[in-house]
Amino acid sequence: MKPVFMTYTKKDLINLAVCMVLSVLIIPSFITTEYWYTSILIPWLCLALATIGQQIVMGYTGQLALGAAGFMAAGAFAMFNLILRVPDLGFVGSLIVSGLIAAAFGILFGLPSLKVRGIYLMVATLASQFFIIWMIDKFGWFKNYDSSGIITAQDIVILGKPFTTPLAMYFVCLAVTTVLTLLAMNMARGSTGRNWMAVRDMDIAAESMGVSLLRTKVQAFAISAFYCGVAGALFAFCYLKSLEPVAFDIKLSFKILFMCILGGLGTINGAFIGAAFILLFPVLLNAIGNNVFHGAIDATIISSIEQVIFGGLMIIFMIYEPLGMAKLWENIKQKWKTKIPSSTNLKSSLGKKT
Amino acid sequence: MVEELLFFMEVLVGGLLAGTMYSLVALGFVLIFKASATFNFSQGAMVFFSVLAFVGFMQDFNIPFVLAFILAALLMVVVGLCTERFVLRPLMNASEDTVLMATIGLGYVLEGLAQAAWGVEVRRLDLGIGDFPVPWIADNLKLFISALDITAGLVAAIMIIGLFLLFKYTKIGLGLRAVADDAGAASSIGIPLKHIMLLVWSAAGVVALVAGCMWGARAGVQFALVDLALKALPVLIIGGFSSIPGAIIGGLIIGAVEKVLEVYIGPFFGGAIEGWAPYVLAIFFLLYRPEGLFGEKIIRRV
Repeated sequence: MKPVFMTYTKKDLINLAVCMVLSVLIIPSFITTEYWYTSILIPWLCLALATIGQQIVMGYTGQLALGAAGFMAAGAFAMFNLILRVPDLGFVGSLIVSGLIAAAFGILFGLPSLKVRGIYLMVATLASQFFIIWMIDKFGWFKNYDSSGIITAQDIVILGKPFTTPLAMYFVCLAVTTVLTLLAMNMARGSTGRNWMAVRDMDIAAESMGVSLLRTKVQAFAISAFYCGVAGALFAFCYLKSLEPVAFDIKLSFKILFMCILGGLGTINGAFIGAAFILLFPVLLNAIGNNVFHGAIDATIISSIEQVIFGGLMIIFMIYEPLGMAKLWENIKQKWKTKIPSSTNLKSSLGKKT
Repeated sequence: MVEELLFFMEVLVGGLLAGTMYSLVALGFVLIFKASATFNFSQGAMVFFSVLAFVGFMQDFNIPFVLAFILAALLMVVVGLCTERFVLRPLMNASEDTVLMATIGLGYVLEGLAQAAWGVEVRRLDLGIGDFPVPWIADNLKLFISALDITAGLVAAIMIIGLFLLFKYTKIGLGLRAVADDAGAASSIGIPLKHIMLLVWSAAGVVALVAGCMWGARAGVQFALVDLALKALPVLIIGGFSSIPGAIIGGLIIGAVEKVLEVYIGPFFGGAIEGWAPYVLAIFFLLYRPEGLFGEKIIRRV
């Protein structure tokens, strides 16, 4: 019998402790350059959060959706308006409410999923992407009638304390991401997640087992959009520090789709791996371009090559490992484990045979 | 009153003809879907890739128009060959969604390759057909209709008839339909799956090239073509994924509806509703007629 704390095993708790020590103690004390916080760690956390949202609807519930950036935009602009118009709500309150507003959009545009799936659903979710961006762009109220097109995000103030340095913003993102990631893991393990996966694996079978398709799918879309909304708000307030609808175009949706698929469908840690890969790989390519070829290669060519590599990887993963990098990592761990089998495992496996 | 009616007619006809441009892109999707039940998300990228290569051959190597067109078409055959060998064959037994995601990847590869090879700046494509109203029609019917639109309509009509005949009356067409129905059964009675796939992807590539020429002449050869090509998706949903006439009718509906809405309802909302109107229209179709106007009824076996 494994020692279990609630539904968590000892291993999970150790993993959590390691991650927390790493992100709260070790990273802040070793990384001091602002660049790392402002252009790598903060966007990584925000995009990982959005990818978890995409995971919930795509990886866990099996619904092909392509509108994550639209929900992110909804969250970001909801946040801007809430802080502007309802200052009493505070930062955390606004964050939650803007997530809920994004969730409302998620429910609305998730409704077609009850009737259609696959590519058909993808087109329906594209409507949300284009509609939300258009709505924000065309109705001045959302942008507080700002004519310049780019609005500066308000400063983050929590309980009267300003969070404006990169390190402070990193901690804000970290706290939100940690809480929501733990929640997502809980949902994925609990009955909610089991319902999602039942619908993903065979919706008709799930329905005949008494799982309500309506409830499960709408719930998945709502929760997914909530995650995307919160991620979008953080993305705008901590990373971009400005709000413009163009930042949340279809390209970002595709990027999040890639993070989700390359990272590993149906895994939470895959979201973090995928986001890190998609975010860091261009940085690496640029570094190679600058240091090895000394800028001889044009930046546009580097970004084209990056696109080719992402696309190529997508094809390769689909052929050889459709479950992405998270599964690859599992496989490596598994291989490592089987190399040195412990005596107890051996005994039990022998015992089964006889 | 007459003037208003004329204006409405002009908007409608302009929309219908612009819709054939969407149809041309959608046609490539339908070809591949009909023959392999694969949804090729990279069709938009193929449009961009082919026409950029075409323009590149003409402008960078000074190759004459016709030769450049043939070279670009051959290039698309090579793309089809590589796609069949390196993407589709390994994914023979994979689920629909997996293949779809692989074609998204393929689209990325094509877009990246095109930009790496030919650069990212907008290129002009001159087909010798102006994008301005035809004087004869303007004088006699008082309608201002672009010559390019009419050409696109004619080209679309010719391609539709050609493809329709190919599918309906030739042995190749019969093979294509057989493969679409059940690839395993088709190959077991000796239909060469490999050749069929190659043929279909090459044909889709050439269709993409033609569509790209039309779009390129209007909007310039640039990356935005990929986003424009996304609008072929609602066209397909309205027309049905497996119907060639459906692609045309769907394109016409989308083109007409988006233009009429833009002109008559757009001003109340600050315009630019054509960005999302086709998708919302597609959602309504999905709710009431998910298989589209001409598609085969979707049957899911349990």
